[in-house]
Amino acid sequence: MDFQDTPELAAFRSDVKTWLDANATPRTDKLHMGMEGDTAFHEAKAWYKKKADDGFACLTWPKEYGGAGLTSLHEVVWTQEVEHYKTRDAHFVIGIGNCGPAIMHFASEDMKRQLLPRMASAEDVWCQLFSEPSAGSDVAGLRTRAEFDGDKWILNGQKIWTSGAQYSDYGVVLTRNDPTISKYRGLTLFMIDMRQSGVEVRPIKQMDGGGHFNEVFFHDAIVPDDYRLGEVGGGWTGALTVLMSERLAISGVQPTGFPQFLDLVKSLELNGQPIANDPIVRDRLATWYSQYAGLQAVNKRMLTAVAKGGIAGAEASLGKLIGAVMNQEIANFACQIFGPAGIIQDAQLSPERAHFQEQVLFSPGVRLAGGTDEVMRNILAEQVLGLPQEPRADKGIAFQDIPTAPV
Amino acid sequence: MNLEFSEEQLFIRNQARAFLSQESSADVVRSVIDTETSFDQTLWQKIVDLGWTAMSIPETYGGLGLGYLELCVIAEELGRSLAPVPFSSSVYLATEAIKSWGTEAQKQHYLPKLAAGKLIGTLAINEGLGAQSVAMRIIDGKACGGKIPVPDGDIADFVIMTARDENNRVGLYVVDLTDIAITREVVASMDPTRSQARVTCDATPAQALGEAGEAQLTELLDRAAVLLAFEQIGGCQAALDMGIAYTKERFAFGRAIASFQAIKHKFADMYVALELARANAYYGVCALSSDAPDLPLAAAVARVSATDAYYLISKENIQAHGGMGFTWEFDCHLYYRRAQLLSGLIGTQLTWKENITQRLL
Repeated sequence: MDFQDTPELAAFRSDVKTWLDANATPRTDKLHMGMEGDTAFHEAKAWYKKKADDGFACLTWPKEYGGAGLTSLHEVVWTQEVEHYKTRDAHFVIGIGNCGPAIMHFASEDMKRQLLPRMASAEDVWCQLFSEPSAGSDVAGLRTRAEFDGDKWILNGQKIWTSGAQYSDYGVVLTRNDPTISKYRGLTLFMIDMRQSGVEVRPIKQMDGGGHFNEVFFHDAIVPDDYRLGEVGGGWTGALTVLMSERLAISGVQPTGFPQFLDLVKSLELNGQPIANDPIVRDRLATWYSQYAGLQAVNKRMLTAVAKGGIAGAEASLGKLIGAVMNQEIANFACQIFGPAGIIQDAQLSPERAHFQEQVLFSPGVRLAGGTDEVMRNILAEQVLGLPQEPRADKGIAFQDIPTAPV
Repeated sequence: MNLEFSEEQLFIRNQARAFLSQESSADVVRSVIDTETSFDQTLWQKIVDLGWTAMSIPETYGGLGLGYLELCVIAEELGRSLAPVPFSSSVYLATEAIKSWGTEAQKQHYLPKLAAGKLIGTLAINEGLGAQSVAMRIIDGKACGGKIPVPDGDIADFVIMTARDENNRVGLYVVDLTDIAITREVVASMDPTRSQARVTCDATPAQALGEAGEAQLTELLDRAAVLLAFEQIGGCQAALDMGIAYTKERFAFGRAIASFQAIKHKFADMYVALELARANAYYGVCALSSDAPDLPLAAAVARVSATDAYYLISKENIQAHGGMGFTWEFDCHLYYRRAQLLSGLIGTQLTWKENITQRLL
């Protein structure tokens, strides 16, 4: 056991620091970096192009597809260093992190060379279209129909919770090609051109007022057969590939709210007393720090496994579970510390530019997105601990015969 | 960066696991309770024969000269098997203290005997209810006062204790527990697999442990926190495994109860607590073995998360067993009791959470 970078990673870290110093602005605080608005989007696009031009985009991708041909560990070094700068690094994480690997795995060589470099540099923006109004945690219950017509497929149906659909040039979409067979076997995965008339994007306004997500409607949307990813009926396997590759990507960057809370405890005085003197504040700080430190150490163990040639397993689900809950609890506790004035959500009046109030309202979404707390617990219990599945009402029958809510 | 054990360390762990599954079985653990003895002497002698008491002692003092990484893989297995032996007292506390701060004469006297299992040592820092406080006095080289609870105080040959000198400075002192000016008695405890004693000194000869004072005690407890965290995660894993095995076999409402989400989610939370504790313990021992500057914080974190995890897992293991979990016959209570014992040994959560906060701010 040791804490040292290998010489190769140490040299890479030094290159990254030099490049970031020359090309990015250092961060002055740890506050949440919003992703909203057209200005932010265009800034993020410009930043990615600059990264790609200088060889720092998609570090783990092969060079011929617009990447740098490096390892996951290089990616981690990048993530650790870029955190200290004001960047829009998280903007294309779903396209690059989820859609990229699916294309890498299933698309033809020509398609890969045509599409991936433009994705890596964010010249083309991608979204992932899996969830539907009646297919959330049970995503394989989706109903968007794909019907084959000569040399192309016709899509009809609705997707929901699609991040960045309004900015996307392409999507990776999971569809049902055959409802007469079992639910997992009747699915097919495609790439789709989002800039066609049969695709309609409508923004969703969240409970916190923000708008990260969209509904996407397909009205006879056209997908050429050579946009198919994998076999007809092989969509579920493809979808799992996509979701698996997401794990390592998000495991190190899951927000916990802890660094912001530590800053608050170090800096805030109320009634002439530092809040750091309050025994309840001290107790909570210690409890959350022990979890926060645990997540970082879990991640280091996972990276050790990756460095030795392993992969990030279902264990990565625990980072999402712990981080999302901690983020909500910390935000709520901070507002309790503020007293009755904690209700004020005004960047001019509230500590840390109202970060904690914003997180009180945003954090419920984090516990739902990308697998709910409950789904994460099922994954850990079934895939890691080997506990049996619940009895199910959707097995051994055709998709179209699965019971649904009474109409 | 590498946060895993080496092949050699894993080999030691597997050997220890195989040995303890035979020699520290549930029957062995229970016989210590049933016969009201303080520890299992046969098991202790076998552990000595395997060289575990000598592991962290330098070769010049009759030890094996291995490091903390080797010691903590043993600790994990001792915790897993609920081994009823004074290993933590003698090795993580007494041996570490003498090795680190003893005079040359003290090292030469104690270390070879500790290595060979001819002496058992312990640490006495508690004086009744509340966090550590020190009223024990040293007057003219003699100790006056009482310590309670002293882990293994009834069977240890000597003790390292905190006491105040004539200038009110707290220091560490070595006291021979077989001295005639010592009274010691066993006190009942929640975990009868490990004994606790009241030790009273009535002008008992006490030797300063080198120059060691409060700073050295803090360092000693930080190191022990990491090693004990491994005992705790070993116990956590055993209790978790026990609960999983039971709920997969226990049927109710026509199905294995492990298939109910109410049970699965409980186990997922237990697993998460254990993995956080395990990762913190690994980080802690990495900091310990590389003498990293963040050891004090890492040690406190390892301690707090291991204590939290063992409490959670040992109590929810009882819950998952239903009524059988509440019986004397099932082993659930042995883990629950051991979790209580380990959470107290070198200071409870109140102390260690405060340590985290102080070291963080």
